[in-house]
Amino acid sequence: MNFTLKVWRQKNAQSKGEFKTYHVKDISPDMSFLEMFDVLNEELLLKGEDPIAFDHDCREGICGMCSMYINGHPHGPGQTTTCQLHMRMFKDGETIVVEPWRAKPFPVIKDLVVDRSAFDRIIQAGGYISVNTGSAPDANEIPIPKEVAEAAFNAATCIGCGACVAACKNASAMLFVAAKVAHLALLPQGQPERKRRVERMVAQMDAEGFGACTNTGACAAECPKEISLANIALLNREYLAAKLTSEYV
Amino acid sequence: MNWFIKAFTSTIGRKIVVAFTGLFLCLFLVVHLLGNLQLLANDGGKSFNLYAKFMTTSPIIQTISILNFAFILLHIIQSLILTFYNRRARPVRYAIVENKSTWASRNMAFLGTFVLIFLVGHLAGFWWRMKFGEMPIVGIDGVQVKDLYRVVYEAFSNLGIVVFYVISMGFIAFHLSHGFQSAFQTLGIHHVKYTPLIQTVGWLFSIIIPLAYAIIPIVMYLRNVN
Amino acid sequence: MKLDSKVPEGPLAEKWTRHKFNLKLVNPANKRKYEVIVVGTGLAGASAAATLAELGYNVKAFCFQDSPRRAHSIAAQGGINAAKNYQNDGDSVYRLFYDTIKGGDYRAREANVYRLAEVSVNIIDQCVAQGVPFAREYGGLLANRSFGGAQVSRTFYARGQTGQQLLLGAYSAMSRQIAAGKIKMYPRTEMLELVVHDGKARGIITRNLITGKIERHSAHAVLLCTGGYGNVYYLSTNAMGSNATAIWRAHKKGAFFGNPCFTQIHPTCIPVSGDHQSKLTLMSESLRNDGRVWVPKKVGDTRPPHEIPEEERDYFLERKYPSFGNLVPRDVASRNVKYVCDEGRGVGASKMAVYLDFADAIKRDGIDVIRAKYGNLFDIYEKITGEDPYKTPMRIYPAVHYTMGGLWVDYNLMTTIPGLFALGEANFSDHGANRLGASALMQGLADGYFIIPYTLGDYLATIGWNDRISTDHPAFAEAEQEVKDRIGTLLGINGKKTVDQFHKELGKIMWDYCGMSRNAEGLKGAKEKIRQLREEYWQNVRVGGTNEELNITLEKALRVADFLELGELMVDDALHREESCGGHFREEYQTPDGEALRNDEKFAYVAAWEYKGPNQPHQLHKEELIFENVKLTQRSYK
Ligand SMILES: Cc1cc2nc3c(=O)[nH]c(=O)nc-3n(C[C@H](O)[C@H](O)[C@H](O)COP(=O)(O)OP(=O)(O)OC[C@H]3O[C@@H](n4cnc5c(N)ncnc54)[C@H](O)[C@@H]3O)c2cc1C
Ligand code: SF4
Ligand code: FES
Repeated sequence: MNFTLKVWRQKNAQSKGEFKTYHVKDISPDMSFLEMFDVLNEELLLKGEDPIAFDHDCREGICGMCSMYINGHPHGPGQTTTCQLHMRMFKDGETIVVEPWRAKPFPVIKDLVVDRSAFDRIIQAGGYISVNTGSAPDANEIPIPKEVAEAAFNAATCIGCGACVAACKNASAMLFVAAKVAHLALLPQGQPERKRRVERMVAQMDAEGFGACTNTGACAAECPKEISLANIALLNREYLAAKLTSEYV
Repeated sequence: MNWFIKAFTSTIGRKIVVAFTGLFLCLFLVVHLLGNLQLLANDGGKSFNLYAKFMTTSPIIQTISILNFAFILLHIIQSLILTFYNRRARPVRYAIVENKSTWASRNMAFLGTFVLIFLVGHLAGFWWRMKFGEMPIVGIDGVQVKDLYRVVYEAFSNLGIVVFYVISMGFIAFHLSHGFQSAFQTLGIHHVKYTPLIQTVGWLFSIIIPLAYAIIPIVMYLRNVN
Repeated sequence: MKLDSKVPEGPLAEKWTRHKFNLKLVNPANKRKYEVIVVGTGLAGASAAATLAELGYNVKAFCFQDSPRRAHSIAAQGGINAAKNYQNDGDSVYRLFYDTIKGGDYRAREANVYRLAEVSVNIIDQCVAQGVPFAREYGGLLANRSFGGAQVSRTFYARGQTGQQLLLGAYSAMSRQIAAGKIKMYPRTEMLELVVHDGKARGIITRNLITGKIERHSAHAVLLCTGGYGNVYYLSTNAMGSNATAIWRAHKKGAFFGNPCFTQIHPTCIPVSGDHQSKLTLMSESLRNDGRVWVPKKVGDTRPPHEIPEEERDYFLERKYPSFGNLVPRDVASRNVKYVCDEGRGVGASKMAVYLDFADAIKRDGIDVIRAKYGNLFDIYEKITGEDPYKTPMRIYPAVHYTMGGLWVDYNLMTTIPGLFALGEANFSDHGANRLGASALMQGLADGYFIIPYTLGDYLATIGWNDRISTDHPAFAEAEQEVKDRIGTLLGINGKKTVDQFHKELGKIMWDYCGMSRNAEGLKGAKEKIRQLREEYWQNVRVGGTNEELNITLEKALRVADFLELGELMVDDALHREESCGGHFREEYQTPDGEALRNDEKFAYVAAWEYKGPNQPHQLHKEELIFENVKLTQRSYK
């Protein structure tokens, strides 16, 4: 297969980027999207040009590092990660436009690489259960209904990729935050810090400059881990309840 | 109070205000519609004018109406601020966007703005005039009341105004199609059993209510022409 | 230098308890005077960093990804072992110990393995308390599954994403300490050199991957938790960035390298589809609980699987190993897959694959049960291959997965450089010559949560908080210069071959000669080939761009340079070990029916290699393994 690629190139955070056009030939439909980029980068390197920087690591759809905005969709067509996207999803001869995630809290570092440390700071604000090593009771001491454990698990599968922010017209991080808040709010272990957690995480989310949720649902429609919008409702509920009843003024 | 201000100036807090006021306005739409339907009563405006008098003089209604205005204002202000935040959150736009969401959900601000324009026209034409302007007077059962019916009747004999009204109802329909169910989501109401119900009701609401509103000027115009 | 494993005296079951009591403590008020560097934020690094910070030490943590949450541990699928015996099926600390020692083909240290089994139970408690959503039964209690090499169900799991959930737990504990100011996190930062002075580890030199800035970090102790080096084979199930640089640099500064040739080849991976392949994807071992492995009985049978009748199928694992069946340990499974493919009975276009068939399980339990257990794995498979495993059997083939070898450490997890510790997959570990499934997660967390907090304290208390050098010290300047020179050289070569081309060539040599089966002749040839390749590398590699920017090629080039050296040591080790054990299968040493033939007389030791300088042969040190509690037998899974 052959493709025309229009790729965003930007030397560093300060410079102004632009699209550059490349042609790749003899691409196997079994290649992953990133392997197609590998091929292109090898060519660029041999031609003496700067290879295209992009984030990736596990290439299994679980680390959440890969992050390309392809033909108008984060992680491209289909609900998957960029590394799990295969060229058989495209038509031979197609023009593919590749951009970085775009959001103020995700500044471009180079080419398709963006800085997502805002997500880490949101977790640092309260996305944890405060339990020092060694102080835990026996694991089976508190039974957790299977349904609850499953719901918590489903929320906890978020890989922190940021596709939800990239997809959202408002660059809102609500789905990401909701996933973590839901995961911990559903579990009995998460109860003691439940109110404080949601208040602090939302405050941090706002401080980072993410947009607000207007319930368009684009995030959940693109999320590779199928994190559900129900989590956002839960987050709203948790937040309102915490604000009205917590002791933190 | 600090916590209160903080809560409702956060993104979620503002959204909750928008949702709450939005739902209230939905309720208002229903009440207002019930009143308006009396325009079609074919009694020369008698019941409508009595209703209009009641609405403009009853102290309870007056209070609710102030609340209503306050909510509209809050709804608008919070939405504008959020829209500003949301624009700011993506300073560099994408070259290609193929958003997987409904058109209405993405264009609430635009739809809302149009609804606002309509609202201004609507209030200026009827409400303002009723309250502060020159009004024809009519006697009903010996009582002199302002003849709002006549004003409406005259307005809706103008094809331009009728078209403007009908189109505006279209915008309201779209605004509601997203707004209604979205408000529940924002207020944290989401459940496997009830969310589908809310969505269906939302769809019906966003079709039936604006349709019913739109029928009034159309019918009045047609009657007039005949 | 004599290797001292520091295994404490006393009966096996009491060693750790006694040892903990004998270790020195740092008084709480003094803890804040110590600085500890933790390189790596996988299960081992994140758990260590969080726990040390909770205790009051000042921690600096490093990873090359953009967030600590993305360390490669995130990819572990199947589960984590613990001797909880919640299933009442006869498990115990002793049985987990025994299974692990046996599974490792008697090439691990008894005392370490016992301790691992002992603390395994605390790990599960800790993780549940952190909010790790393990699978549960309807009654609300924890569920277990069984894994290869064990006849009890002791594996705790979170669907097929156990590593992710465990890592997010450790990451959240770490995040809490970052917020508290006790951990300073350096993401997108790669350690390129260890600083040693006066025989002690003093700090590290790093490169900021965004700006290229070379930085110095000093501390009282350095913990390497940098994962495995399976990427020396180019194709492996490891993440693209997984590398040996940190441990290799430490090795060159004096840390001995233990059992470098012990590599685990995992039987169930998605087969290679072409030259473009950049990495291989694991299909969790848990699939072998319900999937049946088979090939056609006839050589060259090209019929699609559903057209091959039952009696013409060879369920070779069930046939050869009736008691463990499809659940034999990984090395045994992989080798047998290789045998049937070498016989020409492989399936799929490349003929380098066997079937893993779920038809019977689906018939027995229904599709919903199977979907609930393995849904996400089946999805991954379908995304990659475009085939639906609910309908046609999966095709699988072995792939490099884990490295049992690593930096040699004593019972305290300290390397031969005082002050330098190695945790998780980076150390030569408790898995001997073969790791059982679901034991790496256990080991990483055991090291980080429950062992290092004690043993590090002992070291720090011994040296005292004054024993530290500043980053202005010449030792730092020298190490920094080495790094700058190395980068300068690489950028200056401007040759004709790309880094990936070299890496692929190295990988092929390693896979062909130092992979699933090895022989003396092949290994000797491989050594020569690696040397030539390395020479060519330093003359003909092309690394574009500059140091002062995000330079993905430079990052790779530095890593591959180290792989090219490590590869040779692996070959040396494989050549010297004239026996077959676990993942190390020497064709010359096998039983008549093709099983690994150990030589306990001569090789019941850990091979710890010392670096002697450029172009000098490594020196071998032996740590004799003494088995007081288990009897060495031929591993049998029949
Ligand atoms: C696909 C797959 C599935 C697996 N499934 C299981 C399973 O089901 N059960 C099980 O028990 N085990 C499993 N394993 C094995 C297990 O996941 C690993 O052995 C374990 O997670 C290793 O953890 P770690 O903390 O030692 O290292 P890693 O998680 O690999 O972390 C390494 C860390 O070091 C950092 N790092 C590396 N080099 C440098 C450097 N030079 N400078 C700075 N930072 C550096 C990285 O950024 C990273 O943070 C699996 C492995 C794979 C590949
Ligand atoms: S919610 Fe989904 S899209 Fe957003 S970060 Fe998590 S996995 Fe990615
Ligand atoms: S590279 Fe890890 S999710 Fe894509």
